[in-house]
Amino acid sequence: MRKLLQPVLAVAFGLALGLGVTRLAGENPWHVLQILWKSAFGSRYDFGMTLFYSTPLIFTGLAVAVPFQAGLFNIGAEGQLTLGALATAAVGAVWPGLPWPLAPALAILAAVTAGTVWGAIPGWLRAKRGSHEVINTIMLNFIAAGLASYVTLYLLKNPDTQNPETRPIGAGYLISQFGIFGGAPVSVALPLAILAAVLVWIFLWRTVIGFEMRAVGQNESAARAAGINTGRMTIIALAVGGGLAGLVGVGEVLGNAGKFRLGFSPEYGFIGIAVALLGRNQPAGVVAAALLFGALHKGTADLDFETEHVTRELSLVLQALIILSVSADGLWSWMKKRSAA
Amino acid sequence: MAFETPAAVELRGLTKRFGSVIANDGVNLRIQPGTIHGVIGENGAGKSTAMKMLYGIFPPDAGEIIVNSKTCVWESPADAIAAGIGMVHQHFMLAGPYTALDNILLGAEPVRCGVIERKKARTRLEALARQYGLPVDWDSPIEELPVGVQQRVEILKLLYRDAKILILDEPTAVLTPQEANELFRNLKKLRDEGKTIILITHKLKEVMSFTDHVTVFRAGKVTGEMPTSQTNPQELANLMVGRKVVLNINVPPAHTRDELAMEVAALSLAGTVAGSRHKLSDVSFSVKRGEIVGVAGVEGNGQSELLQAILHPREPLCRTSGTVWFLGEDVTHWEARDIRDLGVAMIPEDRQREGLLLERPVSENFLLGLQRSSAFSQGGVLNSRNLLAAATQAEEEYDVRPRDLAIPAGKLSGGNQQKLIVAREFQRKPRLLIAAQPTRGVDVGAIEFIHNRIVRARDEGAGVLLVSFELEDILTLSDRILVMYEGRIAAEFARGQVSEGELGLKMAGS
Ligand SMILES: Nc1ncnc2c1ncn2[C@@H]1O[C@H](COP(=O)(O)OP(=O)(O)OP(=O)(O)O)[C@@H](O)[C@H]1O
Ligand SMILES: [Mg+2]
Repeated sequence: MRKLLQPVLAVAFGLALGLGVTRLAGENPWHVLQILWKSAFGSRYDFGMTLFYSTPLIFTGLAVAVPFQAGLFNIGAEGQLTLGALATAAVGAVWPGLPWPLAPALAILAAVTAGTVWGAIPGWLRAKRGSHEVINTIMLNFIAAGLASYVTLYLLKNPDTQNPETRPIGAGYLISQFGIFGGAPVSVALPLAILAAVLVWIFLWRTVIGFEMRAVGQNESAARAAGINTGRMTIIALAVGGGLAGLVGVGEVLGNAGKFRLGFSPEYGFIGIAVALLGRNQPAGVVAAALLFGALHKGTADLDFETEHVTRELSLVLQALIILSVSADGLWSWMKKRSAA
Repeated sequence: MAFETPAAVELRGLTKRFGSVIANDGVNLRIQPGTIHGVIGENGAGKSTAMKMLYGIFPPDAGEIIVNSKTCVWESPADAIAAGIGMVHQHFMLAGPYTALDNILLGAEPVRCGVIERKKARTRLEALARQYGLPVDWDSPIEELPVGVQQRVEILKLLYRDAKILILDEPTAVLTPQEANELFRNLKKLRDEGKTIILITHKLKEVMSFTDHVTVFRAGKVTGEMPTSQTNPQELANLMVGRKVVLNINVPPAHTRDELAMEVAALSLAGTVAGSRHKLSDVSFSVKRGEIVGVAGVEGNGQSELLQAILHPREPLCRTSGTVWFLGEDVTHWEARDIRDLGVAMIPEDRQREGLLLERPVSENFLLGLQRSSAFSQGGVLNSRNLLAAATQAEEEYDVRPRDLAIPAGKLSGGNQQKLIVAREFQRKPRLLIAAQPTRGVDVGAIEFIHNRIVRARDEGAGVLLVSFELEDILTLSDRILVMYEGRIAAEFARGQVSEGELGLKMAGS
């Protein structure tokens, strides 16, 4: 009960604080809230866009949550998803003629593989060299960004446009979009993300490796004494995280853009950290938190032109406030004490 | 009785529930000032819980705490500390990487104009340490000090904060007999200076020799309170457990097989493990199947290093020259997992650090290390039905209380945590059992039980290496006794060849 209540209260608290800020900026908070709601859920199209933003966040939230269960902090989801998307687009650009079921299958495989490798590297460095995964995943983010620019601008540049993007992928690669969202690009990637969450749950709670991974996250000495290979678990945890992040490429490339566009991600990888935190590193929690952050992202998009004093950066402020209140354990005990008194 | 003098501490009808568990059920307790008051009782009887309420860690659900004739309601331990109460916990609460000095100052920093006056604090602490004969290396990180010294730090912390009422929760569970004697000398000195000392322990000898009064807990209630001079160990044991306890089990002679369970040849240790004073030099011995070999010794003479070297030969800190064979295999360069798969069970020295996932439920802790056995997983998928069945049965058999597989292991009482580990390790049906301090913190009934289980494992053909500071464990169980001194094996005795006194002398290096 408390497990559920705490994040919900934290969100409410963060939202209230955030609206308080808009008040200081000279807006009517009630008005702001209405715009937020309308923009996120007001029409099928709006709701579709919310789902569209939520989908990658489910993947990146899981990409942070899985290593977290093993006691590892994956800050590298941004790099992992960049390479996942790049690999997807590269396959589609290099072999545009492949037929339908084979083509997306191959592209999805490429996305997972690229992400997995990019996650396994810091895992390996941590396990074998003891160097900290936080530093290494951050560095790999930079390397991934550089690699993506190079491939996009020099190897696979789309000759038909000035935009920094790769050649379009073949038609056989496109995955279907759902028609009911009034044209919002909600594709099969969404059910894929939910499926991933279910599989992650099974992995963590029903498999031997999941158990061993969590044991390492809980108490490394005890896990080692019990005969668990802690180094291997470190590598697996970050590799699985990387693979999940890589899947962001599926929705973006196969379900939306049809190519890799530099800078397509509004930092999904970093928002994923907040998603995992709010979702308490549990798959179901991550899905719920991703929906919330997707709604915030979409909701704040319209604030710019609908209000005078509030810009879409409010989204960042709101996210920050929610995260702060989730992390503030003291807040919870304070409220409990108040209600006890 | 001396009820006319006001009590230093009085607990009236103290009650505390955790979910469906009633940890304390109307506890009444009076403690005279200037006495050493023993508190005994089975694992999970509620001793720690009562003391934690007295120390302000959690509030009672009902009942009163009266200190020096004043009814007190604590918001937090800070209030209890201000009222002169101090507590050394069953599982120490020290901050690992900080120095001994910082650990004492933590939370009681002597501040002047915003600057911590470390110099002055240090002078005062050094004086206290001299006065009570509690030498401490102030500048070492606390995690590198032996447990005996860590405990001195905990006690000095109380004295530094001017505690008048000292609560010690199983202080000797981690000490050698020598260290324990030293501790009691100090406690007596403190008592004679007028301090009041509450001592929780499972060792009836300590109760008999060092306390003035004793209170017995059972199942959350006080079942007896008397001056120590008017009771005896057997009566106390029976009061605690509620049945007649066999204090000294009778171990039948071993039917040793010729097969070796383990052999160690010329083991030496290059580096040092945290907390060690001595390295290993040229240790060789063997354990046959169907035999219990006990390793006795004062803490810090290489026993921990021996265990590390045997169990984690690949760890850089434990790197050894020498060879280790388990069950006929040269395991010197093996992974822990392959070693365990041979049929090796291990009861670790430090149960919380090396044995448990404190935040995870009992069931998962029972699974730890068994997750790949065919009973509990098939094709990489866990079989939770089998797990729950086996864990339920083990809780019953090993009397782990409460019978609840869902509560986090960290919320079990200390002795029940130990029983959980013992249950898990015996689940392996070991061919080789390495047991370090197997009875640490368990009550007399459970000691009897664990001793019987170890003997049964031996009789079923397991080789047992027993490392313990408890001479009682060693003398009762061992078919052969090895004495470690300064990293070497200094003496060897067969069962019955050595008296407690003689063994003590050998352990001291004479
Ligand atoms: N924080 C907690 N949450 C839930 N249950 C608890 C908690 N602390 C203690 N208990 C339960 O309360 C009961 C009494 O525990 P307590 O630690 O007081 O026992 P104890 O007498 O100190 O035992 P031991 O000798 O094994 O240390 C046990 O059943 C234990 O599982
Ligand atoms: Mg206790």
